[in-house]
Amino acid sequence: MVRFLLNRLLMLVPTFMGVTLASFAFIRLIPGDPVELLVGERGIDPARHAQLLHDLGFDRPLWEQYLGFLGNVLSGDLGKSIVTKQPVLDEFLTLFPATIELSVCALIIALVIGLPAGIVAGVRRGSAFDHSVMTVSLTGYSMPIFWSGLMLIILFSGILQWTPVSGRISALFWVEPVTGFMLIDSLLSDEKGSFASAASHLVLPSIVLATIPLAVIARQTRSAMLEVLSEDYVRTARAKGLSPFRVIGLHALRNALIPVVTVIGLQVGVLLAGAILTETIFSWPGVGKWLVDSIFRRDYPSVQSGLLLIASMVMLVNLFVDLLYGLINPRIRHAR
Amino acid sequence: MVATAEVQHEELAAPAIHPLREFWFYFSENKGAVVGLFTVIAIVVMALSAHVLAPYSPIEQYRDHLLLPPAWQEGGSWAFFLGTDATGRDILSRIIHGSRYSLLVGLIVSTLSLSTGIAIGLIAASFRGVLEAVIMRMMDVILAIPSLLLALVIVAILGPSLENAMVAIAVVYLPHFVRLTRASAILELSKDYVTASRVAGAGRIRLMVVTVLPNCLGPLIVQATLGFSSAILDAAALGFLGMGAQPPTPEWGSMLADAREFILRAWWVVTFPGLAILIAVLAFNLMGDGLRDALDPKLRRS
Repeated sequence: MVRFLLNRLLMLVPTFMGVTLASFAFIRLIPGDPVELLVGERGIDPARHAQLLHDLGFDRPLWEQYLGFLGNVLSGDLGKSIVTKQPVLDEFLTLFPATIELSVCALIIALVIGLPAGIVAGVRRGSAFDHSVMTVSLTGYSMPIFWSGLMLIILFSGILQWTPVSGRISALFWVEPVTGFMLIDSLLSDEKGSFASAASHLVLPSIVLATIPLAVIARQTRSAMLEVLSEDYVRTARAKGLSPFRVIGLHALRNALIPVVTVIGLQVGVLLAGAILTETIFSWPGVGKWLVDSIFRRDYPSVQSGLLLIASMVMLVNLFVDLLYGLINPRIRHAR
Repeated sequence: MVATAEVQHEELAAPAIHPLREFWFYFSENKGAVVGLFTVIAIVVMALSAHVLAPYSPIEQYRDHLLLPPAWQEGGSWAFFLGTDATGRDILSRIIHGSRYSLLVGLIVSTLSLSTGIAIGLIAASFRGVLEAVIMRMMDVILAIPSLLLALVIVAILGPSLENAMVAIAVVYLPHFVRLTRASAILELSKDYVTASRVAGAGRIRLMVVTVLPNCLGPLIVQATLGFSSAILDAAALGFLGMGAQPPTPEWGSMLADAREFILRAWWVVTFPGLAILIAVLAFNLMGDGLRDALDPKLRRS
């Protein structure tokens, strides 16, 4: 297991270097030079311009700049935002819990509905239930979530007036940020009704963000189930006279879930990409909205480091899923 | 060997089935796929004859008819069947014209990522070693960044426009095609017919393009169809975020972006463009599913 782990970690190194190189390159590919971006439209005389370029280190050879950047990144210095002058890492860490809260809720919705729906659809192949699961999930997979989010706002916030339109909690409440997760913080605080407010703000965005992972998980669980159910050992278990519940729950499900774990891991990238849209629609103060705003404000250090942080996160989750996969499926572990 | 000979004999004896007819037989078994196919045909017809079908110009502003509701609702007019938007443009006409952009995006992105992906994948499979490792790690880097985010950053570098959005999306989809091409090309390269071709003196380019490539195309075509629908969806998302088609282009995603501020006042401005995106993407996905089933011999036999 240790060798397996080391092996996977080693494979991450070139990809991580690639991501740092890519985000380093991005900021230099952007039209206009960094000093002009910094000073804005006020204009600057050439001597001062050269001085600033020198101060920022942009007159050094590219390889030297890259090594410097890499050194900074590895020591945790991700630069400062041009707009707010705050360290990018601090901004990211303040906003990240909001994105995590939203993504975790979405993933829970996707799992709680998607797994059972996929299992039952697979077991009852060809039934009306199976057809509806397949139809609904393909529709969900094709859903422009930036549109379905707006439609839900029209229905639940506009016509029915059940849920608020945007934000994380009503402005009536002030909740001390302890964990950064509004649901937990509101429970810890003394303010009455703050938890209900936080929850009602969270419902629509999580449903919207859950749409695509839900569809993918339901479809993958169904096809994994179908594959496993045609195996010999399932037939043997049935022939032994085990109850259908035992056959499906104990024998089939265990093996069917192995590929599904990978699919769930892959949803992290989907969730982070979806968070960009969902957070924009619902004015959810998370990293997705922050990144989009940074792109619009031409705040390139934020974009560059945000990109690096999110890509590293995706890589780490993939590594974790790989390890989990090895753990629940001994065939993989021992093959290496 | 005897068995294969018999099979061949039987096949010769039976009346030859045209491959297209055989394909249609398997494809039409999937009802959803057929519905998808006809919807796609309808969208293509709509796009090709948009100037005839659309009652108005998609960018003409009728200042006397701002935010007019659809015909069946109170205050609506049959002159503007799906109503008008905040600047008095006919929504139906904009949606009909919008189909052109969506089809164009799907077509160009699929072609671009398919052709580039095949080229890079074949190079990786042909020159194993360092070059291959560098290519594959580059693909890993692209895959590590969430697709929409990478597309956004690329558009930010190139400047927001529909053309640049297409380039960005094509880059994001590239790794899937490169990986598919490389994997199946490596598999094919170990087969006897390739060795035979090599012994017969085929050069590297001829070997890869003429001998190996045709045998890798099946899964690539399926991936390209599925990429078609994702491209429409992603381009609409970029348009929605203001980084795709620019106003007044009647692209469905950017129509939604314009409509956002009116959602609680004028539901029709938001509903119809989104519905158009959903129907188009769903149709291509249904068709792609059917195509995969019909082209995959493993699924077919069972």
